[in-house]
Amino acid sequence: MMQSAAPHLRPRHDVPRLMRSVLLALIPGTLAMVWLFGWGVLLNILLCGATALATEALMLRLRGRPIAPALGDHSALLAALLLALCLPPLLPWWMPVLGTFFALALGKHLYGGLGFNPFNPAMLGYVFLLVSFPGSMVLWPSPDLAPPGLLQTLAVGSGMTAFDMVSGATPLDGLKTALAAGQPVAAQRNGFGPFSLHQEPDWLLINALFLLGGLYLLRHRMVAWQIPLGVLLGLGLPAFAAWLIAPDQFADPLFHLFAGGAMLGAFFVATDPVSASTTPLGRLYYGLGIGILVWVIRSWGGYPEGVAFAVLLMNLAAPLLDRLCRPRIAGQG
Amino acid sequence: MTPMMHERVRDGLWRDNPALVQLLGLCPLLAVTGTLVNGLALGIATLLVLLGSSTVVSLIRHQLRPEIRIAVFVMIIASLVTAVELLMSAWFHELHQVLGIFVPLIVTNCAILGRAEAFASRHPPTVAAMDGLMMGLGFCAVLVLLGGMRELLGHGTLFRGAEFLFGPSASALQIRVLPLDDGLLLALLPPGAFIGLGLLLAAKNWLDQRSARQPARAVPVASPTTQSN
Repeated sequence: MMQSAAPHLRPRHDVPRLMRSVLLALIPGTLAMVWLFGWGVLLNILLCGATALATEALMLRLRGRPIAPALGDHSALLAALLLALCLPPLLPWWMPVLGTFFALALGKHLYGGLGFNPFNPAMLGYVFLLVSFPGSMVLWPSPDLAPPGLLQTLAVGSGMTAFDMVSGATPLDGLKTALAAGQPVAAQRNGFGPFSLHQEPDWLLINALFLLGGLYLLRHRMVAWQIPLGVLLGLGLPAFAAWLIAPDQFADPLFHLFAGGAMLGAFFVATDPVSASTTPLGRLYYGLGIGILVWVIRSWGGYPEGVAFAVLLMNLAAPLLDRLCRPRIAGQG
Repeated sequence: MTPMMHERVRDGLWRDNPALVQLLGLCPLLAVTGTLVNGLALGIATLLVLLGSSTVVSLIRHQLRPEIRIAVFVMIIASLVTAVELLMSAWFHELHQVLGIFVPLIVTNCAILGRAEAFASRHPPTVAAMDGLMMGLGFCAVLVLLGGMRELLGHGTLFRGAEFLFGPSASALQIRVLPLDDGLLLALLPPGAFIGLGLLLAAKNWLDQRSARQPARAVPVASPTTQSN
């Protein structure tokens, strides 16, 4: 029996329990996405999950590591679910499969497996797909139409038919296009919200439910509170300042906070304990950096949404932040 | 073939490959390998420069004062690169346009200066020429391999643009291997070049490790120098 030095405290959260709780907290938002966007979301989740388990087992086997404990810790499933939730719901089947394989094989195991990957694997897989297939990755079903049925989803998923008749723009897409065309932000009010009233109710609901799941994680101290707080402040404060100065050219902060992947990113992606900062102050700066980058990319970048790029960029900065924000040891320096 | 020559062949093509082991000349390696033909073209241009510079440096090695040797090497290499560039512009004009700045940039390929300094200036012309030829072939092989990989994933074809190199009739050489509508764009972008090179490095190291685990089949090392990889 291994005996370690006192104090003998049992860890409150081991990896499988943590991952299970995060998966649980994702359920409300996931169900809302299935309800709003149809069977495609579910299909993506199944494809990504199965590929993740297969890739994880294959890579562990190739690396000569025990397979069962790593498959049981749910980390691969969590990465797969996060990736699946970022994907548009109607894709040919091989795109989620390819993205998940890239995320876990190249993004996780080539760096040494769980705990050694400098980048968030799910975001790496998403960016891989977004950069590789820019045409397919921006096709979201139009919120004005009923979500595609099971048969249509399977037909597109199997690659038999292309998906082109029900595509619509996400609110962030619409904002970017309208601003590029010179229309003021206020010209496209078509939803509800306290500020300038142009949020789609669909995305508002999804983000609200992910916020709920995130608050559950915070309540049980599963994630460090500094990171989501930092992301929301980093996104909200510049957005608020810019909106006060030029409300015609910038969307209001509530729009930004409840659009696209803001809440999913703030509570579930940025808080990945492996690739995020680990010092308390470093976590705050890390979150702030992500939030500011998301706002900058949304406002001036080439892509309508910037959560994935912002997370990957700040992943890169996390070791430096930790070095700069290392708590001083009492009695030294 | 003498053991010395034999060793040159093995070093240049595999054991001390400029791209896969010395990791030199990565700028052109990553920049022009969007297609197999581009890789082959730049590989041949580099090969010619490397062969010429190694031979010339070896010929003048006794007349060279050590204080100014680097400047002399660079002048020799730059003259050869200029000659190759003018030849390419004259006979393969479209190819020259496609490769653009990367042909004159061969002058900055540190593999060439590295061979002049580390090998050619210390060995007789025949051995130095063999070294230049084999290092050039090794570099060219990696360019072709990486170019082929990226073209296959990005366009689904091989030998795209062969007419630039082999004349108009060679456009029939283009093979469509994978039926892709839109290929993996990432493979054509710079990150794809880095990932592809990383995978090639991994494959080479894996092959080396595998052959090291089978000592019975290992080739006896001809020189007492330690293996550099």
